[in-house]
Amino acid sequence: MTTSASLDRTEAEAKAKDGAPDRPAGPPSSPVLDVHDVTVAYHRKPVLWDVDLTIDRPCLAGIVGPNGAGKSTLIKAILGLVPKASGSVRVFGKPVGAQRRLIGYVPQRESVDWDFPVTVLDVVLMGTYGRLGWFRRPGRAERSWSMECLERVGMAHLADRQIGQLSGGQQQRTFLARALAQRAEVYFMDEPMAGVDAATEAAIFALLRDLKTSGKTVFVVHHDLRTVPEYFDYTILLNMRLIAHGPTATTFSPENLRKAYGGRLAILEAAGEAVRARERSE
Amino acid sequence: MLTYNTLIVLLGTGLLGANAGLVGSYAVLRRRSLTGDALAHAALPGLCLAFLAVGQRSLPAMLAGALLSGVAGVAVISGLIRATRVKEDAAIGIVLSVFFGAGIVLSRVIQNAPGLGNKAGLDSYILGKTAGIIRQDVLLIGGVSAVSLVLIALAYKEFKLTVFDPGFARVQGWPVFWLDLMLMGLIALAVVFGLPMVGVVLMAALLILPGAAARFWTDRLGPMLALASAFGLVTGLAGTAISAHSAGMPAGPIIVLVGSGVFLVSVLSAPRRGVLGRALSAWRFRRELQERKLLRLLFDRAEADRPALRPIDRSAILQGPSGPPRRLAKALDRLIARGDVVEPSGPGGPIVLSDTGMERARAVARGYRLWERFLIEYPEQASAMADLSRESVAEVLPPDVVRELEEALRKSGQWPEDGTGGRSS
Amino acid sequence: MNPERNPAPRPSPGPRPGLPAWRIGLAVGAVSAPTAWALAASDEIGRWTIALGIASSVPCALLGCYLVLRRMSLLGDAISHAVLPGIAVGFLLSGALIGPAIILGAMAVGMLTALLTQLLSNLGRVPEDASMGVVFTSLFAVGVLVITNAARDVDLDPGCVLYGLIELAAIDSRPVFGLEVPRSFGAMAFALALTIGFVTLLWKELSLVSFDPALATAVGISATVVHYALMAMVAGVTVAAFEAVGSILVVAMLIVPAATAHLLTDRLPRMLLVASAVAVLSAAVGYRLAVLWNTSVAGMMAVVSGGLFASAVVGSPRHGLLGRAWHRLALSLRIAREDVLARLFRAEEESPSRPVASGSARGWASSAAGRLVGAIALRQLRARDFIRADEVDSVALTGPGRDEARELVRSHRLWESYLSTHFDLPPDHLHDPAERIEHFIGPALRAELSAELDRPDADPHGRAIPPEGTGNG
Repeated sequence: MTTSASLDRTEAEAKAKDGAPDRPAGPPSSPVLDVHDVTVAYHRKPVLWDVDLTIDRPCLAGIVGPNGAGKSTLIKAILGLVPKASGSVRVFGKPVGAQRRLIGYVPQRESVDWDFPVTVLDVVLMGTYGRLGWFRRPGRAERSWSMECLERVGMAHLADRQIGQLSGGQQQRTFLARALAQRAEVYFMDEPMAGVDAATEAAIFALLRDLKTSGKTVFVVHHDLRTVPEYFDYTILLNMRLIAHGPTATTFSPENLRKAYGGRLAILEAAGEAVRARERSE
Repeated sequence: MLTYNTLIVLLGTGLLGANAGLVGSYAVLRRRSLTGDALAHAALPGLCLAFLAVGQRSLPAMLAGALLSGVAGVAVISGLIRATRVKEDAAIGIVLSVFFGAGIVLSRVIQNAPGLGNKAGLDSYILGKTAGIIRQDVLLIGGVSAVSLVLIALAYKEFKLTVFDPGFARVQGWPVFWLDLMLMGLIALAVVFGLPMVGVVLMAALLILPGAAARFWTDRLGPMLALASAFGLVTGLAGTAISAHSAGMPAGPIIVLVGSGVFLVSVLSAPRRGVLGRALSAWRFRRELQERKLLRLLFDRAEADRPALRPIDRSAILQGPSGPPRRLAKALDRLIARGDVVEPSGPGGPIVLSDTGMERARAVARGYRLWERFLIEYPEQASAMADLSRESVAEVLPPDVVRELEEALRKSGQWPEDGTGGRSS
Repeated sequence: MNPERNPAPRPSPGPRPGLPAWRIGLAVGAVSAPTAWALAASDEIGRWTIALGIASSVPCALLGCYLVLRRMSLLGDAISHAVLPGIAVGFLLSGALIGPAIILGAMAVGMLTALLTQLLSNLGRVPEDASMGVVFTSLFAVGVLVITNAARDVDLDPGCVLYGLIELAAIDSRPVFGLEVPRSFGAMAFALALTIGFVTLLWKELSLVSFDPALATAVGISATVVHYALMAMVAGVTVAAFEAVGSILVVAMLIVPAATAHLLTDRLPRMLLVASAVAVLSAAVGYRLAVLWNTSVAGMMAVVSGGLFASAVVGSPRHGLLGRAWHRLALSLRIAREDVLARLFRAEEESPSRPVASGSARGWASSAAGRLVGAIALRQLRARDFIRADEVDSVALTGPGRDEARELVRSHRLWESYLSTHFDLPPDHLHDPAERIEHFIGPALRAELSAELDRPDADPHGRAIPPEGTGNG
């Protein structure tokens, strides 16, 4: 065990020295994400049918659809957190299990116990655990990197707080900082903007754009149709099946939205407003 | 061969098992199985205190003490959950172990006190002693069982509502708190009277096992209660009988093990909810899903090639990112074996739907397109109504909706008409 | 916080710069004084008994923290019951109650319990509590069966199995380096070392899996592997502690110290430390009390830990009942004080010359939280020299009081303006929310509101918004 641990360490040191992040391990031509024919059923009741989805280039993708459309389930199925009735998922051309280091995940805020006795910095450090692998402890490099990530979400001054004392928006930022600390290539975020204040939402959006500019791919489950065209350059419309996916400019159309949401007036109005706003800005 | 004593013991354990099964079912349904366990442990200090207070072995006093401290333990659990950050599991564990510790402390005090120790017989409350059952015990248990039975019969619908949806019951104006308390009281009664016979730990088993086992056989409360009582009865009788006929087999553990046996059989072999049954149906479901998918794909191809019906290459249908999908390929083999798909130019060659296959494929395609249409027309209903496990849409949707969807499909030319792509046409 | 200033390379269980020395001193004293007393008051065997108690309960407390945090306390309960058959069989085979073979066997049974429970609830869809109940009672029954059969041939008392005989364990000793050491102490010390090693080695994995198992699985640290490793360890320490305290009271050692620590601290390393301290205290004090009253040591240890837990429930500074009641009282007092100040300010505004009767001030103070709180609030106001009562039974603001009041009224009216601008509420719906929120608006938020509203002079009702105080009194 000693030898393998020291081997790990030298490897990590070498990596830290040249400072280059891991490049995607698959062949360069392989798509970022390839979801093939995925069906998910809870107790024989399908929640996702036959989803086929290929994302070739890095993008900032919104996963949109009505309640119960299977948005979170899609993310969880991709990450292997729920069993698939059929289908396969590849990230950069390899099964997800082999690409865990390239994947960042932001679960829904309610999924953890905020009474847990850890500080904000501890939570962000958890983002580095995947890369550290078994047994190795986060060292000074991980700590300063985690502080940097906290800095980027504007939470550095709260690093020593217990997480239960944070507001909803601050909790969400902590989760985002943790995702940043993962140094992933592809991020999956489950409703990061649900129940947060406007300032946090703006901060999250700025961060998403940063990620995109640095060539990462981000999938975001999103519930607010009005902001879809503003936030995302790629849209995945879901309602138990894949309704449409593609660049937001073409996918986020009233016809597609009606297919996903039905004829409910308020939603279509909101979306129409968003589409018009986009057209004005172009 | 059946002595009077054995008969008494049999009666006692049988009644005890039946009653525990009856009230325990509610605990299992209310997700409070382990609260019964906590209650059994928490009864010990009250038992000892009552003994210390009365100064001699007086059954009514000791049972009252046990009942009081058991209920107090349950009250502490719910107080902790409500007023502090302590979660339910920890609260149960704390009450269970600390109350029991206090009970041990008190019982040792009693045992060490001169002149008191041997009279108490407190050990039997921990490990149980069925052989000690006398006529009076049987009458008591019979009385308790009768009380439980009458109360549950009278307040059947109220208890049902309380257990199923306490929030709704409260809004409806039912005194949920008191109903809950009454159920807890019935459980406490069963526990306290069972303690001297089977002991602390094994009492919990008697509460949980029959109800959990009965749950596998039925989806309705009434039959479940009846079944749980029957399981409890059989468990008690059989356990006692086995124990009486073989040396070195104390009745308490044997009763529990018989109960576990009943439970195990139920888990495995109950027709609909049992593990084997469900595994089988899940396996069938997955196979069926693949077959239907294949039929749909073949039908789509046949429709595109209309009016001719050309055999197509396997690879045209079986493609995935890493070669032909294994499950789909197996589904194809099954369809070929069944004659729904034929290979005109020999095994491994191109494939085409047979007449029967075409008929099935058409039905599948109809169902699927109706669903698709339904999702488009009523997306907001999708998560409530969509259920892929049924082949026929008509089972789920109201007939007028089905007609409407069918009409829409016909108009757009997507309705798989009879004879479409058929081999003969 | 600058990471460079905090060179600690890992979250080490120890005091951080933020914790004042006196509190550390107090905590150390609170643990060591009773322990020292218990040790001093005991004879040789008593000291060994305490040592055995500590060595068996500290590992339980450490692992219990993870059980409590993962809401799996009852799995600990189940495992501690279920290892009984493993112990019984091991005892029959080896003739000793403790040893490597038995510990390994128990670890296997422990994992089996966790596995069966999970299988039942996943595959059989039995509710988790019921499946736990089924598994552990059945295994326990097997254990009792084996033991009662064995007890006829060998010297194994069923009672000892259930509630332990730590008193006897200390007597059965052998010389090690000239010191009489109880036979079971070696195994317990080993379990302690193993637990500390386990927690240190898997610190990061345990905390990640406990906090967010989905993330752990998503980044490739298998939550399942960590879970079963933890369960195996729980089974191991349970068995090691078994001879001392028996199978039911070991639950108290697993859960109670950890739950107590969770009420007292918000840091994982500290939680482990506090839980260990509770375990040490329970062992030492429990032994002494048991000797005093001539009763079961193990039971008394459980009772003492329960007492410590109860005091934490009542007295924990942040999460205790008293602490929370105190916070609520402080808040009501502040609200009552501020209500009086703001009302006085408004009265002054309306008619500067007319005095306010002290009776109406009492009424304002009592309106929110009752007469007692109101009376205390008024006394505080006088003591802080914010109001003064004069001879004709009337009250008025002092200079500092007026400054305070001005800020409150400013908060109130700014908020009303903000509500009416942004939420389109009718004027008569503005006062109540503003009355509630005025107590929580600080200078920073006031400045923000004022800037947002283009520095308004008047609220929606047309009353002047007082200017921000200059801060010089």
